Amino acid sequence: MSLEAKDISFRYERKQPWIFKDLSLSVKPGERLCIFAPSGYGKTTLGLLLAGYLAPEKGEILLSGKPLPKKGICPVQMIHQHPERAINPHWKLKKVLQESGEIEEETLRAFGIEEAWLDRFPRELSGGELQRFCVARALLSGAQFLVCDEISTMLDVITQAQIWELLLSEGEKRNMGIVVITHNRHLAKRVCTRQLDLTENGL
Amino acid sequence: MNTTNDTPLLRVSDFSVSFQMYDSALEQKELKVISDLSLTVYPGEIVAVAGSSGSGKSLLASAVLGLLPNNASIGGTIAYRGEILSPQRQKALRGKEIALVPQSVAYLDPLMKIGPQVDGTKKPLPTQKRRKIFSRLGLPEKTERLYPFALSGGMARRVLVSTALISDANLIIADEPTPGMTLEQALEALTIFREMAKEGKGILLITHDIDLAFAFADRIAVFYAGTTLEIAPSKDFQTGPEALRHPYSQALWRALPQNGFVPLSGFQPYAGHLPAGCLFAPRCPYKRERCEKEAPSMRNVRGGEVRCFYVT
Repeated sequence: MSLEAKDISFRYERKQPWIFKDLSLSVKPGERLCIFAPSGYGKTTLGLLLAGYLAPEKGEILLSGKPLPKKGICPVQMIHQHPERAINPHWKLKKVLQESGEIEEETLRAFGIEEAWLDRFPRELSGGELQRFCVARALLSGAQFLVCDEISTMLDVITQAQIWELLLSEGEKRNMGIVVITHNRHLAKRVCTRQLDLTENGL
Repeated sequence: MNTTNDTPLLRVSDFSVSFQMYDSALEQKELKVISDLSLTVYPGEIVAVAGSSGSGKSLLASAVLGLLPNNASIGGTIAYRGEILSPQRQKALRGKEIALVPQSVAYLDPLMKIGPQVDGTKKPLPTQKRRKIFSRLGLPEKTERLYPFALSGGMARRVLVSTALISDANLIIADEPTPGMTLEQALEALTIFREMAKEGKGILLITHDIDLAFAFADRIAVFYAGTTLEIAPSKDFQTGPEALRHPYSQALWRALPQNGFVPLSGFQPYAGHLPAGCLFAPRCPYKRERCEKEAPSMRNVRGGEVRCFYVT
């Protein structure tokens, strides 16, 4: 039951250079894999591929040996760098959460989401508070794997520590596999069980 | 800090910003988002503004440049080189004397190639200067022929930084210049800022990368809920919580992944729902009765400024 990229090659357009060629990696449940690379190397692209937003030109993305489902909520959920751009600005936050399933009060409490926030619009909350919703939304969907793309880069360090504390404890409880994309090596050391440097993989 | 020059490049005094908002259909209310803010940047100095997300750091940048939206009203003063910054003067100085590194990569013109965009109005600029800055920031030479959509987040960020580096501005306001950059690139960008400071320029560095700020800035201003809680030399932040004054600064230090990764619980209060007394009182482990009734002012403690009644 692991998430696997098998010999994937990807480029955005036919005549453009390859972003990945024959890249393979796998993440097991309970494992937190950190991906390093300089900016512009394709970390976010790799995240989008793993979460099924993009399809590789060659190779495949497999979950428990099978391709990602084309319908329904994807069991690999991606959390983005800018929560304000990942949430429908016209929806109250209650609706944002309900989209991925019944709101469990326990999850709300675990995520430090206050009842009053549910009746607000996204612009009425700060980035750190919105990011909690993005994490909660991903977990409520019952995802088995998460791709966290620089999820705390735009947040202050106290909010960053709050979000990761929640994510680590929930992730462990649910035995999730997490792919962490970050530039912060100190953060990576704190939250990851394994690290992968794309530049060392001969890409 | 350049002590021979007593006129600060930038002096913000008793500054406040409020927004006029519609509460219901016809009733307007005033929402105070920055209050009682005082801050200086001297020539040769890098002052970092750190602190909570949504504490008004970027608003300060917009206020200095005169880029606040129309429904904003301001109190207090901002002075550049000892003279009050009026809207006319802001318009005349911005982009020339005062440069901004904007926070969002969306500030790039999507229909303009990077090269001419970075040069700005000063055409024709010797391409050598631009290429030198590009190569220091690790941007390949071909970047100048690309459009913004072809850049990654980190590259776009470096392009934004290069726009300020290429200008001859004396005061640079850099609003989150480093996210998305690798450590090496961020260090290089900050090294260039330091070189500019050595030439007598002033840099206001708004950042969440507080460990970089600790290492590179001269002084750090800690923002929370629209005002400063502490302004102190960065060496105090390098030393650790025992050298810091405000409990919030200490909590910031402890929340760094390399210093314990300890999250302080609770949230920053909202504009419009601010506590009556000290803004930090609801989360403060040392609060007393007075803190909930009365708001403290900044005062000098151990060579820094702190907004707290009791810290010694």
